[in-house]
Amino acid sequence: MSAIDTKPTDTKPAAEAESFATSRKLDYAFYALALLVLIAAPFFVYPLFLAKVLCFCLFACAFNLLLGSVGLLSLGHAAFFGSAAYIAGHALKVWGLPFELAALLGTAAAAVLGVAFGYISIRRSGLYFAMITLALGQMIYFLAFQLPFTHAEDGLTAVPRGKLLGLFDLNNNLVLYYTAAVVFVAGYLLIHRITHSTFGQILNGIRENQPRMISLGYRVNDYKLAVFALSATLAGLAGATKTMVVQLASPVDVHWATSGDVILMALLGGVGTLFGPVVGAVLVEMLQFYLADSGLPIQMVIGAIFVLCILVFRQGIVGEINRILGR
Amino acid sequence: MSSQVIFGQLVVGLINGSFYALLSLGFAIIVGLLGIINVAQGTFYMLGAFGSWMLLNYLGIGYWPALVLSPLGAALLGMLLEKTLISRVYHLDHIYGLLLTYGLMMFIMGAFIYFYATAGRPYPVPEELRGGYDLGFMFLPKYRAWVVLMAVVFCFGTWYAIEKTAIGRTLRAATENPQLTRAFGINVPALLTFGFGVGVALAGFAGVMAAPIYSVSPLMGGDLVIVIFAVVVVGGMGSILGSIVTAFSLGLLEGLAKVVYPQGSNMVIFVIMLVVLLVKPAGLFGHEK
Repeated sequence: MSAIDTKPTDTKPAAEAESFATSRKLDYAFYALALLVLIAAPFFVYPLFLAKVLCFCLFACAFNLLLGSVGLLSLGHAAFFGSAAYIAGHALKVWGLPFELAALLGTAAAAVLGVAFGYISIRRSGLYFAMITLALGQMIYFLAFQLPFTHAEDGLTAVPRGKLLGLFDLNNNLVLYYTAAVVFVAGYLLIHRITHSTFGQILNGIRENQPRMISLGYRVNDYKLAVFALSATLAGLAGATKTMVVQLASPVDVHWATSGDVILMALLGGVGTLFGPVVGAVLVEMLQFYLADSGLPIQMVIGAIFVLCILVFRQGIVGEINRILGR
Repeated sequence: MSSQVIFGQLVVGLINGSFYALLSLGFAIIVGLLGIINVAQGTFYMLGAFGSWMLLNYLGIGYWPALVLSPLGAALLGMLLEKTLISRVYHLDHIYGLLLTYGLMMFIMGAFIYFYATAGRPYPVPEELRGGYDLGFMFLPKYRAWVVLMAVVFCFGTWYAIEKTAIGRTLRAATENPQLTRAFGINVPALLTFGFGVGVALAGFAGVMAAPIYSVSPLMGGDLVIVIFAVVVVGGMGSILGSIVTAFSLGLLEGLAKVVYPQGSNMVIFVIMLVVLLVKPAGLFGHEK
């Protein structure tokens, strides 16, 4: 049972090597261009907004690491994003730690939570898995209202940004943006590496045919747990960075609607692709930004896009482009 | 702590259990028959409540007709959505059904928030059910007793209909083996639409019952579906009776938790879910496939 639509792999063997080389070159050209855009962007668009978008890009990529590689749909990823946001916010605001340490603590918390939730949820597969992750995520949401340090509805407000490495003032918009950009690129490269490693291939194998992988001797659940924890950790990194950027960690970060948003980002951009979630995250964030002023109902529009994505283009934007390019 | 408080919370728990039971029963029918995780189940509950509020405020139609009309309206909308949208994803992985209903939930909820804002609207308790009984150890409002009674009647009625009647047999046959059922000349697609209608009608019915207890608001069903998920995971998908019993028990335990440890009462169902998953991953009444 394949969980997601993957692109067909029926290229003829003879042409394969050559087309692989061209495809490689295209990839490099594309990433070089993307890097240029990333560097130049803050001079054209408000850097603070861009930095926030980058955090969601990383969040979407982290989420998609789980869905795209092993085909597990998590409905509770906001739990990792939000927990890290809270922990990092607390570390910045109350303990007065610098951003590096706060992000590390937040990410570590998400990692621990990821291992725990992963251990429980991979005991069931398919739809049960999705339902369990949602229920676990809701627990964290309730906790965010109960724990003393999260400040209930208000969340952690006016979180100070501090100085990066004790040298660079993060209140400078450009420093802030490039810090977020470095975090994003590092996260993306890690995901790229994971996806293209032997480990990633095994995950794809589990997605395509779990019984066969079991019969080949792979301990399937260990692999699932590992990728679940990795995905949660990276989602945590995104959440911790987001707190520093927007200076706020609130219950919205752990709410199921945030988990829904990140699913939409991955879906809209293309679940079967690596770069798709980035495109999806940029579009969804832009949409929310512009709709917030227009007075139009954001939820309705998001719901409608969801339905359209499912019914009309399940490959997502990048998936469709890849299909047109014949890759 | 007085017994008043304890019994009061137990009744609240029983009421919540009633709603959980009606919703998870509908949910179980839909997932069993169509293989669709209907995330919008809570939305149809909201629609049921809002439907009765609209009937009262726009048309002056009271509680009793609304008890029939509102779930019927929810069912019609559900069947329309099933026919036009949901039926298009049956051939795909189950994940797409879940995501599609999630999108529908966002759309419908967003529309209601846009037009009605999130503030709660009161709905009066019908005249015949005002007042209550003094049981000596506690005071039991009539309406609450009515809700529990109706939930029990409807749950067991549905269970009976599915397990013991001809239409139930056909439904079960279509669940087990749709191809073969079709070969016997039964219109399975129509049956699926009907099943979806029944499933969401139960949620809509729960919504009408809930309207006088909780205030009617577009947000009212949003978090409910997560509890339903937990109920289904705890009970296991195996038996309808199992999920009814689980729903009532979890509602009661939640009520009890409100007495013993109020801060944790929201979480108790999820904690139970965790324990069940660790001890018996298939659920209490389910079986490993």
